[in-house]
Amino acid sequence: MTTQLLSQLIKKEFLLEFRQKSTLAGILVYIVATVFISALCFKKIIHPTVWNALFWTIFMFIAVNVSGKSFMQETKGKGLYNYLYYHPRQFILSKIIYNMLLMTLLSLLTFFFYSWFVGSMVQDMGMFLLALVFSSSAFSGVLSLMSAIASKANNNISLMAILSFPVLMPLLLVSVKLSKHAMDGLAWSVSYKYLLILIMLNFVVVALATLLFSYLWKE
Amino acid sequence: MIKWWKITAALLILYTLVWGMLTPVPHLNILYETIRNLFYHVPIWFAMLFQMGLSVVFAIKHLSKNDIQSDMISNQAAQTGLFFALPGLLTGCMWAKFTWGTWWTFEDPKLNGVAIAVLIYLAYFILRSSIDDEQKRARIAAVYNIFAFVMMFVFIMILPRLTDSLHPGNGGNPAFGKYDLDNNMRLVFYPAVIGWVLLSLWILDIKKRLTFLTHAKNEA
Repeated sequence: MTTQLLSQLIKKEFLLEFRQKSTLAGILVYIVATVFISALCFKKIIHPTVWNALFWTIFMFIAVNVSGKSFMQETKGKGLYNYLYYHPRQFILSKIIYNMLLMTLLSLLTFFFYSWFVGSMVQDMGMFLLALVFSSSAFSGVLSLMSAIASKANNNISLMAILSFPVLMPLLLVSVKLSKHAMDGLAWSVSYKYLLILIMLNFVVVALATLLFSYLWKE
Repeated sequence: MIKWWKITAALLILYTLVWGMLTPVPHLNILYETIRNLFYHVPIWFAMLFQMGLSVVFAIKHLSKNDIQSDMISNQAAQTGLFFALPGLLTGCMWAKFTWGTWWTFEDPKLNGVAIAVLIYLAYFILRSSIDDEQKRARIAAVYNIFAFVMMFVFIMILPRLTDSLHPGNGGNPAFGKYDLDNNMRLVFYPAVIGWVLLSLWILDIKKRLTFLTHAKNEA
C-alpha cells in the first residue's frame, strides 16, 4: 500500500516534469552551455587536478539548480492538498528518489558532454561512475531537504545557495577525493573506504531528511 | 546572586592563564614554547563545540516539546559558539604560523572543517532572520541546525581521520595525549578545559536571561 503510494507520487513528479518540457530542456541547455563555456575558457586541460575540480564545480552548480527547485513549485493550495492526502515520509521520499534518479541521469549526461568537449582523463571508469552515481544521489538528498527549508523561508534562490553550500562541502570533498583516485587509476583497496563513506553518507542524509521533514511539513 | 560555578570559572581561567605561562613544559622540536598554546587554543575549541552541541540539544528539545524557550536557548548557544570560534581561530593561526610556517593552509581538514562550521552557523543566522513568524522560524531553524550539525560532525570528526592532517592525532601524527602531555601540563590543561566551558556557560546564561526579558517585554 505504502510502496504503491510512493511509486504513484514518484510517477506524478515525472509526469509534471515531462509535461512542462521547458524546465527539463532548460536544464539540458544549462549543462551544455556551462560545459561549452568552460571548454572555451580552458582551451585544453592538462592537469588532472584541474580537470577534476572543474568537473565537480560544474556538477555542484547543476545539482543546486536541479534539485534546488524541487519545492519551488509547491504553492500554498498544493501544500494543503498534499498535507491532507499524503504522509510526510512518503512525500519527502518521493521527492528524494525522483531527484536522485533525475540527478544521476543528468550527471552522467554532464560527464558525457564534459569528456566530449574538454576531454576525458579517467583511467578507472567503473570507480568514477560509481563515485558519480553515489554522489549525485547524496547531493539530491541534501538538496531536497534544503529546498524544502528554503521554500518555507520566502523561497529565495540565494538563501538556497547559502544554506546548501556549506552542508554539501563534506560530500563534495569525499567525491573529489574518490574521483581523483579513479582518475589516477589507483587500486580499489586504496579508495574503497571513500566509497563506503559516500554510501554511508547517502543513508545518513536520507534518514535525517525523512526524519526532519515531518517538522517542516506542518504550517 | 553570584553562583559558585561562576567563581570557579573565573578562578580556573585566571589560574591557567598565569600558570600556563610559568609551568615547566617538555622541550620538543618545532613546538618549543608554543606548546603552551595547548592551554589556550584547545580549551577554546572545546568550549565552542560544547556550545554548538548544546544548540543542537535544545533544537531537538524544541522539536519534541514545541516550546519557544528551547529555541531561544538554541539560538543563543549557537551565537556563543560562533563567538568562541574567533579566539579559537586567532590562537590557532598564531600557533600555525610558528610551527607550520603559515597562518592558514587549505591542506588541513580541521582548518577546512572550521571554515565550514563558521559558514554553516552564519547561514543559520541568515535563515533565522529571513523568517518573520516566531513559531515557524523556531521549527525551521531547528531542522537546519540538526541537519547541519550532523554534516559538520562528519566533516570534523570522521574525514580528518581518513586523510592526512597536520593536527596531532590524525593521519599518523601522534596525539598529544600519547607522550607529549606530561603531568605538569595535565595540571593546567584539564582545569583550562573546565574553566573555558564554564565561562561559555556563564555567557550563555546571561544571553539567555537577556533574551527572555526582551521577549517578555515585547509580549507585554
